[in-house]
Amino acid sequence: MTEPTGPHRVVIVDDHAMFRSGVRSEIAGAVDVVGEAADVDEAVQVITATRPDVVLLDVHLPGGGGAEVMRRVGPRLPSTRFLALSVSDAAEDVIGTIRGGARGYVTKSITGPELVAAVGRVAGGDAVFSPRLAGFVLDAFAGSIEVAQVDEDLDRLTGREREVMRLIARGYAYKEVASELFISVKTVETHVSSVLRKLQLSSRHELTRWASERRLL
Amino acid sequence: MDAMSTGSLDRDRPRRATRRSEDRVLGGVAAGLADHLGVEVGWVRAVFLLSTGLGGLGVAMYAGLWMILPSDARFAEAAPGLEAATRQGKRPGSTSRREDKGWFIALGAAALGIVVLVEMVLGAGLWFWPVLLGVGGLAVLWRQADEAQRERWVDTTGRIDPLRAVLGRGGPAAYARLAAGVGLLAGALVLFAVQTGQTGVAREVLVAGLLGVLGLALTVGPWLFRLAGDLSEERAARVRSQERADVAAHLHDSVLQTLALIQKHAEDGRAVTRLARAQERDLRSWLYDDPAPASSSTAGALRTAAAEVEDAHGVPVEVVTVGDVPLDETLGPVVLAAREAMVNAAKHSGAGKVDVYLETTHGRVEVFVRDRGCGFDPADVAEDRLGVRHSILDRLDRHGGQAEVRSAPGDGTEVRLTMPVAQHTTEEST
Repeated sequence: MTEPTGPHRVVIVDDHAMFRSGVRSEIAGAVDVVGEAADVDEAVQVITATRPDVVLLDVHLPGGGGAEVMRRVGPRLPSTRFLALSVSDAAEDVIGTIRGGARGYVTKSITGPELVAAVGRVAGGDAVFSPRLAGFVLDAFAGSIEVAQVDEDLDRLTGREREVMRLIARGYAYKEVASELFISVKTVETHVSSVLRKLQLSSRHELTRWASERRLL
Repeated sequence: MDAMSTGSLDRDRPRRATRRSEDRVLGGVAAGLADHLGVEVGWVRAVFLLSTGLGGLGVAMYAGLWMILPSDARFAEAAPGLEAATRQGKRPGSTSRREDKGWFIALGAAALGIVVLVEMVLGAGLWFWPVLLGVGGLAVLWRQADEAQRERWVDTTGRIDPLRAVLGRGGPAAYARLAAGVGLLAGALVLFAVQTGQTGVAREVLVAGLLGVLGLALTVGPWLFRLAGDLSEERAARVRSQERADVAAHLHDSVLQTLALIQKHAEDGRAVTRLARAQERDLRSWLYDDPAPASSSTAGALRTAAAEVEDAHGVPVEVVTVGDVPLDETLGPVVLAAREAMVNAAKHSGAGKVDVYLETTHGRVEVFVRDRGCGFDPADVAEDRLGVRHSILDRLDRHGGQAEVRSAPGDGTEVRLTMPVAQHTTEEST
């Protein structure tokens, strides 16, 4: 994780005003909330105007969902990172949002300190994987580990990445994963980021098939 | 190729073939058949294509199946929360997928080759080109009918509009398909007329036919129109009342009850948290989860056990599952042992959360139950916990599995349960 230089600038995008103010009051001490938005158009406007470090993005948003926000501002603001925040645990929402460009996915029941930590991690360029997301990844890349010959690197997890994913799915924090595997936290973060990249870019047959069976992409 | 794959856990429903509404070349018949038979779609397409050489058999089969098989879009059903979010435009809609056109081009080339071959072998019969054009025109028109049907299903206005029944939501593609289809059919007629040298007769037949259609439309039209109106009103009313009944029943059963309980326990923070948590879990799964096969699958049983522990002890239990297998007599004890471990973690560890992870791979099922609580030294455990440990270890032992407890003071506890399963591997097999 990179050292935070001053509080991170954050925009909260969610269509429930009550939730926005709740999150705001929970994290206000640790980060700098520079804006809020309630739908896709407003979000695009606010994000473009304020150029925050991290956008806390609701997955279900009037105007096309969080993915639409990322599609419209993502390419223009490469330094802004998106952390998806949702009540929905549906596989298609989780994977769809990650493939849309989010660097992490947390559910709305996350505690304030955990959310601040996740914001810091995402702002530092790392990925935030919850146990559930790790489970989805393992499901999507299932059985790909020993076919080491044909597939492109993008289309399968390395043994190490798989181990990291399994530990995260078992509820281990990055630090605990590191000590379990006798590697540094930095290395764990590298593995997780690499899995995130594969998840976003892979055109692996099973992944796309798995996804389309759940009607996404 | 395993019959026991994740998707077929709900075995009680008969499998039926459908046409695939996405990733298709023409009507999705070949892709749908390939899904149903579990073979690569290329082979099915090749069979259709080759059998076309047998006097057009492939085309006839394809057309027949296109008419009979329902589109799979009809059976796609998301959880209520997701469908609502989609209807309100809060989720990304179906975006156009990057399609692999390679197949299409290869098939087109092969089809052209067969056409030329047939023509060379049989000589260009009078019927050949008109029939080819006519079949092409029909295919395009049917495809448009598919699109219109699909759009009608997602259409929420509830009104069946005759124009929309043909054109769907309109758009250049719909008009183009309609024009191309009609044009091809007309072309086939004209070509046939020109080739047989009976242009005059053909014109008269065409005019007579058009007049007939017009007369029929005038006679039956109003009646059809009213029927469509009645149908759509009835459908809308039914859908509305069903939805309202569903939601009302669910809210009454769960949320209202919980709210009443919360009021009763208002001074007991722990109880309120527990109630709220249980209600959240319940609503969340109702809104967003796939309808899970609850009792018959290992993952379902584990989730149920976790929910029970959560309710009984007020500690959140997060369950993550990868893959699933039907619950059988060797996996029952695994779930029971896992439940025991969850109860231990919730009762004794003092942790704020218990993580449960189930993975089914390569002929074995693994369950991890982890907490970040006080932990203990496995070397000197108190009698009662030893007993519990034995009930976990022995239970797994008796059924041919393995249990392992890892713990250290201050470092939390992790219980790992492993059980070999016969051949129910549940990779995402194709």
